Amino acid sequence: MISRQTASIRKSAAFLGEKTFRLAMVMCLVCAMSFVLVQNSPVDPVRAYIGADANQIGTEQRTLIAERWGLDRPPAERFIRWAGQIVRGNLGTSMIFNEPVASVIGKRFIVSLGLMAAAWVLSGILGFALGIISGVWHRRAVSKIIDLYCFVLASAPVFWIAIILLVFFSVMLQWTPVSGSTPPGIPAGEITLAQRLHHMLLPCASLSVISIAGVALHTKKKTVEIMQSDYILYARARGESAFGIVLRHVLRNSLLPAISLHFSSLNEIFGGSVLVEQVFGYPGLGKATVDAGIRGDVPLLLGITIFTTIFIFFGNAAADYLYTVIDPRMRHMEKINEY
Amino acid sequence: MLHIKNLSLSFSRYGGMSFRKVPLKIISDFNIAVHTGEMVAVIGSSGAGKSLLAHAILGILPSNAKLTGDIEFKGSRLTESRKKRIRGNEIALVPQSVAFLDPLESVKKNIQRAAFLNTGSTAKAGIMMNDAFDKYGLADNVGGLLPFQLSGGMARRVLIAAATVSGADLIIADEPTTGLDRNAIDDSLRVLKELTSEGKGVLLITHDIRAALKYADSIAVFYGGTTLEIAAPEDFKHPEKLRHPYTKDLYSSLPENGFVPVAGLNPFGDMIPAGCVYGERCSRKNELCETSRPDRKRINNGDVWCHHA
Repeated sequence: MISRQTASIRKSAAFLGEKTFRLAMVMCLVCAMSFVLVQNSPVDPVRAYIGADANQIGTEQRTLIAERWGLDRPPAERFIRWAGQIVRGNLGTSMIFNEPVASVIGKRFIVSLGLMAAAWVLSGILGFALGIISGVWHRRAVSKIIDLYCFVLASAPVFWIAIILLVFFSVMLQWTPVSGSTPPGIPAGEITLAQRLHHMLLPCASLSVISIAGVALHTKKKTVEIMQSDYILYARARGESAFGIVLRHVLRNSLLPAISLHFSSLNEIFGGSVLVEQVFGYPGLGKATVDAGIRGDVPLLLGITIFTTIFIFFGNAAADYLYTVIDPRMRHMEKINEY
Repeated sequence: MLHIKNLSLSFSRYGGMSFRKVPLKIISDFNIAVHTGEMVAVIGSSGAGKSLLAHAILGILPSNAKLTGDIEFKGSRLTESRKKRIRGNEIALVPQSVAFLDPLESVKKNIQRAAFLNTGSTAKAGIMMNDAFDKYGLADNVGGLLPFQLSGGMARRVLIAAATVSGADLIIADEPTTGLDRNAIDDSLRVLKELTSEGKGVLLITHDIRAALKYADSIAVFYGGTTLEIAAPEDFKHPEKLRHPYTKDLYSSLPENGFVPVAGLNPFGDMIPAGCVYGERCSRKNELCETSRPDRKRINNGDVWCHHA
């Protein structure tokens, strides 16, 4: 006989073990593939390093730099040397920021994190609410309007929506700033929270737009299914009001799949932030990614790739874990096995 | 307590070769009465629309349903708005299966909610719930269980407990024996039968003839969307006392009474004939049966709808 506590510890250990193994596998694959991609891309690290002085530097000097960096070695050897440094936690130095890659990612991620978290929470709440409304009043006018809205949003590219918002609110109405995360020309210490939020407003709105449609349509489908279920019929037979039915039965039953879905949509927000930050000139991780790509900053590009992989992996793992915590059926599974 | 007269139910749906909605008749000219302290069984084959009868009384039919006829409850007409008001506290449903329970709601919360919808007080609901737990032999640890953890018999007791704490005077039990073994069937029907001694009326909807004959005070035979006969269970002990040819055929089709089959199928929807619904399969059919529906005749304290009775 094992006690319930040990059983639950064992279960958690198994969960962690499996996830760690998976993360290792994913990291190996992502590293290898991005290395191959960069290897075959037109990016030439030496030229990117020299930059504007390209004309003043001769071929011999270039070969010298390449040799010093080990670029004349076979790709496999270079990969192993690079991977060895990555494992030791050395992501290299960013050429365009002249700073260690890890510190660039850290600074930029903080800026992006606020934006992404706000967009993620906002889109989750709005999407879920719209989905419930559309599902409960299925086939009514309100449901059709929400559906249309979701389909339009789901099919519109995020950068296009960002530009439309920018033109309308920043250029025409001049309600919001055109660019940046802080007002220009003010020392960092004097920037107020209100100013930061003001700058975050439009990027956040554009970014949440992507996930709203997904959560809303998914929740709607689930809600329609629930509304047609036998247990809703029974609730009505018991004299439960329409409001009581939504509150007591619909919300709970559709919340579980919505939460799980929303965690796995973290990657969409992450991907979207690259485009949105570019449009709004928002100095976050997304903008750093674009800059690194355009200006051939290979260490930064690879560093961001690795960081993104880990971030999204944890998002998905959190979704898996939460499902076992918040769904009472999962919790009760242990009890069943005891009987 | 409950009097249903000439109840008809149809659905409008897209059908046949046309693009217009056509009505699909499910129940026509259905009659039944349930008195205080009485258990009345409606017996009929599965899929004949018996559950819809329960839904019609409770006013929880889908929006494309059309209901005509008279339903009288406690002496006054049961309109749709009155149904909405009294369902769950004067009329309660014991549904067919565990699928009618919210998968995320524990037994305790479920029964407590049913009691709360009746009394409107959390304290009273708690007391009623504890009483119901004792009465129906539900152990304390059952309260925390979720529907998927309940066995068939246990689920049935939970559903019946929820119906009784609602304080309803009329309990409609829809197929309370499906998927249960003999012991569990007896168990759940005995519990329902006990309710009649507390002055409640029970409408039992079932396809289980044996169970119905054992417990019900009156048997309504449902066929082709209508009532053909209302008989006492004792009448089934002596086939000559049965009034309708269908009931007689049903009697002889039971394994212990000869196992004699009757050719043909139960009519449903568009297949229901304009005349007597049993006409096509009846050995005594004549021209009258094909053209007109028989009216009710009262014979030996029972009702029958047959031209030949």
